[in-house]
Amino acid sequence: MSLAAVQALTLARRSIIRTARQPALVVFPLIFPALLLAVNAGGLKAETRLPGFPTNSFLAFALAVPFVQGALLSTVNANVEFARDIQTGFLNRLALTPVRSLVLLVGQLGGLMTIAVVQGVFYLAIGLIFGVRLKSGFAGGLLLLALEAMIALAFAGMGSWAALRTGSTDAVQSLFPVFFVFLFISSMNIPRSLIETNWFRWAATANPVSYLIEAVRSLVITGWDGEALGLGFAVAGGVSVLGFALAAHALLHRLERA
Amino acid sequence: MKEVLDVARGVAWRVLHRMYTSPSIFLPTIIFPLFFFTAFAGGLSRVRHIPGFDFRSGYTAFQFVFVLLQSAAFSGVFTGFGIARDFESGFMRRLMLAAPNRSGIVLGYLLSTIARWLVTITVVTVVALVARMQIGGNGVDLFGLYALGLLLNLAGTLWATGVAMRLRSQQAGPVMQMPVFLLLFFAPVYVPLDLLQGWIHAVATVNPLTELLEAGRGFISGERTRTAAAFAISAGLIAGFALWAVRGLRKAEAAG
Repeated sequence: MSLAAVQALTLARRSIIRTARQPALVVFPLIFPALLLAVNAGGLKAETRLPGFPTNSFLAFALAVPFVQGALLSTVNANVEFARDIQTGFLNRLALTPVRSLVLLVGQLGGLMTIAVVQGVFYLAIGLIFGVRLKSGFAGGLLLLALEAMIALAFAGMGSWAALRTGSTDAVQSLFPVFFVFLFISSMNIPRSLIETNWFRWAATANPVSYLIEAVRSLVITGWDGEALGLGFAVAGGVSVLGFALAAHALLHRLERA
Repeated sequence: MKEVLDVARGVAWRVLHRMYTSPSIFLPTIIFPLFFFTAFAGGLSRVRHIPGFDFRSGYTAFQFVFVLLQSAAFSGVFTGFGIARDFESGFMRRLMLAAPNRSGIVLGYLLSTIARWLVTITVVTVVALVARMQIGGNGVDLFGLYALGLLLNLAGTLWATGVAMRLRSQQAGPVMQMPVFLLLFFAPVYVPLDLLQGWIHAVATVNPLTELLEAGRGFISGERTRTAAAFAISAGLIAGFALWAVRGLRKAEAAG
C-alpha cells in the first residue's frame, strides 16, 4: 500500500473514531431522521389517497428522506470537528509532518463517507423491518448505499470547504439551516407533480436536493428508473467534485498561510 | 422584589442585545418557523383535497397555527441553548455571584424569550397574511390564539431552562430539543386528528399538544373548540416546568 493511502486511511480512521467517541454525534444523526420518518409516515399517510400518488405506502415514499437528511446531519457534525482541528491548531501541526495536504482532505472525507454508509444501512434496515420492499431488489439496495456515500461526499465537500475557509465551528454550524432550506424546499414530502403551489414547485424543481431524494426514492418505489438515477448521481457527483475542488483550494491556501 | 426585577431586566437586556447583534443566533429563530410554514403550507397545500379534510379557513391557516405553536416552544428551546452556552463560557458563574436574587436570572431569560417570540411571530404572521391566509375568527379569537402561543412559549422556556441548569453544557441541546420536537410532531400536524390512522392517531389522541393545536385552529377558523382544556393544559405545563426550572437553578447553585 502506498504511503499516501496509509496516511489517508489513518486520518479516515481518526475521523471515524472521533465521531464514534461522542455519542451525541452518532445517536442524533441516526435517531432524528428516523423519528421524522416515523412522524411523517404516520401523519401524511392520508396523502396516499390523492389521485396520482405513486405508491400506497407513505413509509416507502418517505424512506428516501432520512438518507439525505442523515448525510446532512453527520456532515455538519463532522465538519464542526474539522473546524475545531483548525481552531485548536491541530491542522497546523499536521502540516509540519510529511502528510500530503490532499491526503488530509481525502482522509477526512473518507471517514465521513464511511459513517454515511453505516447510517444508510441503519435506515434501510428500519424500512425493511417495517415492511418496505425495494422494487429494485438487492442490487438496488447496494446501489442505494453507493448513492448515499456519494450524497455524503457532496455535502461533506461543501462543509469541509466552509470549515477550511472560515476555521470557525460557529460558521460550519450555521450551514445547518442552509442545508435544511434545501431539504424542506424539495419534493421530500410530496411528488413534484402533485405540488399545487406554483412557486414551490418551481423552487423544488430548481433544487438539486429534489433529484437526490428522487433517485433514492426511485430505487425504493419504482425500480430501475434510469432518468431519476442518472439525475441523482449527476447532481451528487457534480456537487462532490465542486466541493472537493473548493475544499482542496481552501486547504492549500490555509496551509500556505500556516 | 426590586432585586429580582433588576436582575431580570439586566439578563433580558443582555440576551436580547447579544441576539440581535449576532446574526448566527438571531436568524435561526426567524428562519426555522418560516421554513416550516413555507414547506408545509406551500408544499403540502394539495393535502386539503384529501377526502375528509374539512378545515374551513384553508390549509395556510391550518399550518399557521402549528407554526405559531412550534415557534413558541422552540423559542424557549433556543433560550435553553443560550443558557448552556453561558454556563460553558463561565458567564453564568459570574452572573450567579453578582446577582442579589438569582430567581431574577430565570425571570430574565423568560422575558427575553417572550420578546424574541413576539418578533418571530410578527414576521411569520406578516408572511402568512401576504400569502393570503384566511382568518375566520374575530379579534377575541385571535387574542386567544396568540395567548395560547405565549403560554406555550413560557412552558418551553421553563423546560429548557431546567435542563440547561442541570446539565450546564451545550451537549444538552438534543435533551432540550427532542422531547419538544416529539410532542409537537406527534400531534395532528398535517391533517386533522380524524384523518390520522394507526399508531399516530392513538399517540396524537393522548398528546396534550393536540388540545392546544385543535384549540388554536378553532380560534383561527372562528369555530372555538377545546378552549378550556387547552388553557388548562398550558397552565399545568407552566406550573410544572416552573418548579422544574427553579429546582434546576438550585442544583446549579449547589454545583457552584
